[in-house]
Amino acid sequence: MIYDVAIIGAGVIGGAVARELAKYKLSSVILEKENDVAVGASKANSGIVHGGFDPEPDTLKAKLNILGVEKLFDAAKELHFPIKRNGSFVCAFSEQERAHIKELYDRGIQNGVPDMRILSGDEARKLEPELSGEVVEVLDVRNAGIVCPYELTLALIGNAMDNGTELKVEFRVEKIEKSEGIFTISSQNGEIVTAKTVINCAGAGSGKISAIAGDNSFEIIPRAGEYILLDKDEGKRVTHTIFQCPTKEGKGILVSPTVDGNLLTGPTANKVESADNTGTTISGLDTVMALSKKSVPTVNFRNSITSFTGVRSSEKNGDFIIAESDKVKGFINVGAIDSPGLSSCLAIAEYVAEIMKGMGIDLEENPNFNPTRENPHAFREMSDEQKNEFIKKNADYGKIVCRCETVSEGEIRAAIRRNPPARDLDGVKRRTRSGMGRCQGGFCAPYVMELIANERGIKKEEVTKKGSGSYMVIEKL
Amino acid sequence: MQKHDIVIIGAGPAGMAAAVAAYDSGVKDVVLLDREQDMGGILRQCIHNGFGLHKLGTELTGPEYAAHYKQMVSDRGIKVYYEATVTGLTPDKIVTAQSREGILKFEAKAVILAMGCRERSRGALNISGTRPAGVYSAGTAQKLMNMEGYRVGKKAVILGSGDIGLIMARRMSLEGAKVEAVCEIMSYSGGLMRNIVQCLEDYDIPLYLSTTVAEIHGKDRLEGVTIAKVDENMRVIDSTRRYIECDTLLLSVGLIPENELTKSAGIKMSPLTNGALVDENRETSVEGIFACGNVLQVHDLVDYVSDEAEIAGIGAANYVKGLKTAKKAVGTVAGNGVRYVLPQVVHTDSGEDIALFMRVVKPYGKVKFTVSSGNNVLATATRLKAAPGEMEKIVVKKDKLIEANGDITVALEEI
Repeated sequence: MIYDVAIIGAGVIGGAVARELAKYKLSSVILEKENDVAVGASKANSGIVHGGFDPEPDTLKAKLNILGVEKLFDAAKELHFPIKRNGSFVCAFSEQERAHIKELYDRGIQNGVPDMRILSGDEARKLEPELSGEVVEVLDVRNAGIVCPYELTLALIGNAMDNGTELKVEFRVEKIEKSEGIFTISSQNGEIVTAKTVINCAGAGSGKISAIAGDNSFEIIPRAGEYILLDKDEGKRVTHTIFQCPTKEGKGILVSPTVDGNLLTGPTANKVESADNTGTTISGLDTVMALSKKSVPTVNFRNSITSFTGVRSSEKNGDFIIAESDKVKGFINVGAIDSPGLSSCLAIAEYVAEIMKGMGIDLEENPNFNPTRENPHAFREMSDEQKNEFIKKNADYGKIVCRCETVSEGEIRAAIRRNPPARDLDGVKRRTRSGMGRCQGGFCAPYVMELIANERGIKKEEVTKKGSGSYMVIEKL
Repeated sequence: MQKHDIVIIGAGPAGMAAAVAAYDSGVKDVVLLDREQDMGGILRQCIHNGFGLHKLGTELTGPEYAAHYKQMVSDRGIKVYYEATVTGLTPDKIVTAQSREGILKFEAKAVILAMGCRERSRGALNISGTRPAGVYSAGTAQKLMNMEGYRVGKKAVILGSGDIGLIMARRMSLEGAKVEAVCEIMSYSGGLMRNIVQCLEDYDIPLYLSTTVAEIHGKDRLEGVTIAKVDENMRVIDSTRRYIECDTLLLSVGLIPENELTKSAGIKMSPLTNGALVDENRETSVEGIFACGNVLQVHDLVDYVSDEAEIAGIGAANYVKGLKTAKKAVGTVAGNGVRYVLPQVVHTDSGEDIALFMRVVKPYGKVKFTVSSGNNVLATATRLKAAPGEMEKIVVKKDKLIEANGDITVALEEI
């Protein structure tokens, strides 16, 4: 079949575009090179819904960030991804930075950020008692929030799939050819997908995908950011997301609660050779620890749970690139989506739909579109009485598999069945939090392996951590 | 809501021994809750021998040691709920558990905490590098091999020379894997001497002290690790970095008592043991809630877990029977060379001899321990050597204990 639209990349941008297009009578397919959705920058970022004070005025970033924030909070009601409006603090530690705060405030006003105010250090510490005594002034951005970026992506793609969008994983795009108005996209295995329109949402790979299609007008400069995630015991140190003054390289090291109650610290900003470069470094982790303590001296890194690296997809001009290619008609680039890409994702998706209309593509509303995704966490949000009733009908929900995060067998089985289905241990982890807690899967991994093997009808030797080659066991003894 | 005299959380070695001791002390209404399908806890996957030498006078495997206590539990008709994970504990001793039958609620006169411990994970160490498959905590690999019957890897490096790491070095060798190295960041091993001899030396596996894994390599499955010496501040010395090809990294880098429930009940914790603060009956700061086994302090030998659980079981039974009479409480303090002392509170008028358990801060040669209160020496003990990996026990006689008029300090001096 010839799809109306092929979306390359199953990150938060590909997901937002897919879900937006599911509202119309279009056949769409998402092509993802990895084993699961949300495994690039969408799983490894700060998870912040930025207020919108940072982007230069009159850029796509400024416009789509402001529009995107409220769209995210609205969409959460239909899609049930975890999001919280906790507000951001941007801290000044010196007179010089105090001037910077004023600049950010003015820029926020210009961008249309609502509800900002400037607090003295002491006023800020009344709200955040563990904030460093060195903080002299704070920009309080009350419309900002935190979101779980991979659960957002899962929700967007899951809802798109529930409405008919197809997802092909382990499809690494190697060739894009166009003839007679139809794109032929080939994978590393020679699998072929044909489509009338191609939307490039390939994140760190967006420059290369554009070049493969015949448009080498932009290049992604990957910049790695290292993070340390801490135990829920540390999660109450602060309620706001605590930023330092942003620099050219990024928004600096933040200290933030997560929607799940952990504490997240990071990111660094290092130029790296390749977007695959997601290793952490001793110096990077040292930087995260030292600079986090500058904002919140009480953070106890002995309570670290894990560290990870995300790669930003930056470009030299600093703005998002969202447009139909000049060189390849019918090919839309949604590239160079670094921060505030997450905050902007839904506005980006609507902007893409507008571009498609401008290209003369007929976007007829899909009357059967169901905007609602079943809440995957309905069970964990129940009271004991409700859980009791539910378990009586579904005994699998009574068996707790992940003790640290209290995840039941029923929830894990559902995550392997629900769109987009979990295929590996990391996929189960992102969907259910099984293995995400203090023991990092030490206890539950063998049991989750059994559930994946059982649900997918495969052998345990075929169960992977995160797709091809990441096997867990070699053979039966 | 079910009402019981004693509810025990966890049916591993601690829970089982506590249940039997409580029952034998005359409190028959005892219930055990366990999250697994069987009693025994981690003993079930410890198929090596060495269990029971002190307690049962014979050398057993883990499952055999567990079977011994399981038999005692079932002989007494003690009710066990399987696949029942406790999710809530309140200071008024309401225990909530989630099971395939639904949400179970228990109201207990006394609760015994016996949840055991978990292994410290890679993340807690912040080892740099990539995040491939093939990095396991030693216990996870042990479970996959011994309970599920799978080979986890062909070439392994083990970080940490705790007992599980040592046991797994031997276990992997026996199954045909090559164990390239055991790295220990400290300048001494935290494992038992007998395990270093029987698990490493007998298999020609090198133990590198003051050495850590500096970096993890590999995208999908582990491809290798960089090991390196550390300086006195535990920082990697770059000039000593060395790459070892391997597909498996086992972490045996410490055990952490699983006290999330304990904390949720508002029980006071010790930062030294990461367990509850307890008195000589193993009663916590919340009246009627007791703790024993690895949830209270990480033990070297299961035999000592059983001993401690019996103290808690008897203590809980006496509490239910209203036999708790001792009133004069003093604290215990870790003095020179001693990392912690347990119990942290002692009743000097208990009318019983009281055993103090402790660990030393570093390896020593010949030492003399002195237990004192003010100027009164309550007990002394001499050891030919002492190491952090081996728990020490010193008994204070009841007639001496009565002389204590303030905190009791345990200190050592090298002799």
